[in-house]
Amino acid sequence: MSNLTIKNLKKSYADTEILKGINLDIKDHEFVVFVGPSGCGKSTLLRTIAGLEEATSGNIYLDEREITDVAPAKRDLAMVFQTYALYPHMTVRKNMSFALELAGTNKSEIETKVNEAARILELQPLLDRKPKELSGGQRQRVAIGRSIVRHPKVFLFDEPLSNLDAALRVQMRLELARLHHDLNATMIYVTHDQIEAMTLADKVVVLNQGHIEQVGTPMELYHRPANQFVAGFMGMPKMSFLPGQIIAGDNSGLQVQLASGSKLEVPVRAEGLTKGSTITLGIRPEHIQVTDQQEGRFKGRLDVTEHLGSDTFCYVQTSAKETLTVRTPGDFSGRFGDTVGLNFDAAHCHLFGSDGRSLERIQSNF
Amino acid sequence: MINSNILSLKNSRRLNTLIIGVFAWTVALLIFFPILWMILTSFKTEIDAFATPPQLFFTPTLENYALINERSDYFHFAWNSVVVSFGSTIIGMLIAVPAAYSMAFFETRRTKSTLLWMLSTKMLPPVGVLVPIYLLFKDFGLLDTRTGLTVIYTLINLPIMVWMAYTYFKEIPKEVLEAARMDGATVAQEIYRVLLPMSKGGLASTVLLSLILSWNEAFWSLNLTASAAAPLTALIASYSSPEGLFWAKLSAVSTLACAPILIFGWISQKQLVRGLSFGAVK
Repeated sequence: MSNLTIKNLKKSYADTEILKGINLDIKDHEFVVFVGPSGCGKSTLLRTIAGLEEATSGNIYLDEREITDVAPAKRDLAMVFQTYALYPHMTVRKNMSFALELAGTNKSEIETKVNEAARILELQPLLDRKPKELSGGQRQRVAIGRSIVRHPKVFLFDEPLSNLDAALRVQMRLELARLHHDLNATMIYVTHDQIEAMTLADKVVVLNQGHIEQVGTPMELYHRPANQFVAGFMGMPKMSFLPGQIIAGDNSGLQVQLASGSKLEVPVRAEGLTKGSTITLGIRPEHIQVTDQQEGRFKGRLDVTEHLGSDTFCYVQTSAKETLTVRTPGDFSGRFGDTVGLNFDAAHCHLFGSDGRSLERIQSNF
Repeated sequence: MINSNILSLKNSRRLNTLIIGVFAWTVALLIFFPILWMILTSFKTEIDAFATPPQLFFTPTLENYALINERSDYFHFAWNSVVVSFGSTIIGMLIAVPAAYSMAFFETRRTKSTLLWMLSTKMLPPVGVLVPIYLLFKDFGLLDTRTGLTVIYTLINLPIMVWMAYTYFKEIPKEVLEAARMDGATVAQEIYRVLLPMSKGGLASTVLLSLILSWNEAFWSLNLTASAAAPLTALIASYSSPEGLFWAKLSAVSTLACAPILIFGWISQKQLVRGLSFGAVK
């Protein structure tokens, strides 16, 4: 068993509050990803869980045991660092057996455990090499191996793939997903890369400026973001935001008028907003279609287009100077400066109040 | 045309190397000359040593060395030098490593100024504190003891040792130590099994520098010792005054005093260069 519970955790450096009261439950076998922009406190949160940073207030429990003030060595957690942090003066084998040696495990057991980890991570041919003779990907695998041998209650990963090149990152991402499946372990993973968050996580924790914006499965965050920050952070390319005003509302939704003049009815609850309130409408690139000039709900001038082969991302400016991101098929042939029509289904739109909170959908198809 | 250009480029490069080489040798010889002259003089008779113009060619003699051996117990002084240098270096390292560890890895707002303050104590003229230290030594019965000399050398060299160890520790990524902490290492294990092996090159040069500085120190050894704890520097001094100046004998005793540390420095010059450049050469 390894359930981690965090209660009202706060962390300050001098006068700066980095973590502003974190409450979180992490269940056994879960793969939890902390995601957020730089400086949101995600690494600090992980390091506080690890015991490398002292909590200013609040409590951390691992199963029933409080570990808030326990030394990192005694928490039964293992950590994989962004910079790998291998011991340069030790061979791969020594790197992996170090923790077991410190714990006084007997030699034959160490041997078995190291070999087992080396087998899982395909490190057997490298066991007698020093870290400097390894490639980045191999180093990261050794770092993971070092944590596996200990069978910790929780694995902590601090941006483990950021130092790898793009191709290797994808490969290691798959390996990590497989590893989580094989070990059936509880893992906490910090990243600023929302693709890693979406693909690896059972549960994503979106952090911003020291507090949790939303906790949920990747699909929940994608389809039902709690607020404008989460909506903008998850999804690639980003959701487009258009300012607007409520002009009417009834049981089936809200009538919204956008800055460019077009009106639409979005099926969300008013939640206290009245006629005339300003709102922000959000729409994802994949929910917008490019049409003929005449047919579209919007007209816009095509700005930059990015051809990725499978898809083309278009950036379109409306007459009211709003920028919309649109995902079109790979063979899209529009050019810079073309005028195009844009269409989307109002049911796909998200509405956010002036405080950034998401308005609840009346009925969801997702 | 192009060919001749390349050729002249090559030539000018060769010329550059030559000039730099000649310059370097000149400087090296200039620096080394006094030592060479000292060694030469030590093998001259007192009369040859005084001769004008100075003689480069003469009949070498060992009479100075024989006389010194007769008159004073070289090994007594050498042993004092060894004990005091190694003793102060070991104690110094035992203090400097933990101090530098905490400064390098648990930096506070005042760490930088503490370091600067420590180093600034080296700028004080030692003679300024001679009287209080002499009195303290007298009260504690430390005058002319190896313990006393070891204590004072440790204190003199500590700022440099801490500063050097700090510089080397700073080069070590913090995460590696954190990884050790996560792996279950205590502070002692973290230092002994991860930090020290990773910085052994730098620490070796710190040790070397401390040994050399202690070996060569003359001010405190002359003022705080008489005979029982007198190191080699005091031995040299003892040949300079009482019977006027005997250049040949003085040279012989100086050669004897310098020889161990010169040989030691020669063997470890690689470490030393790294140490003195404070980690700039990697």
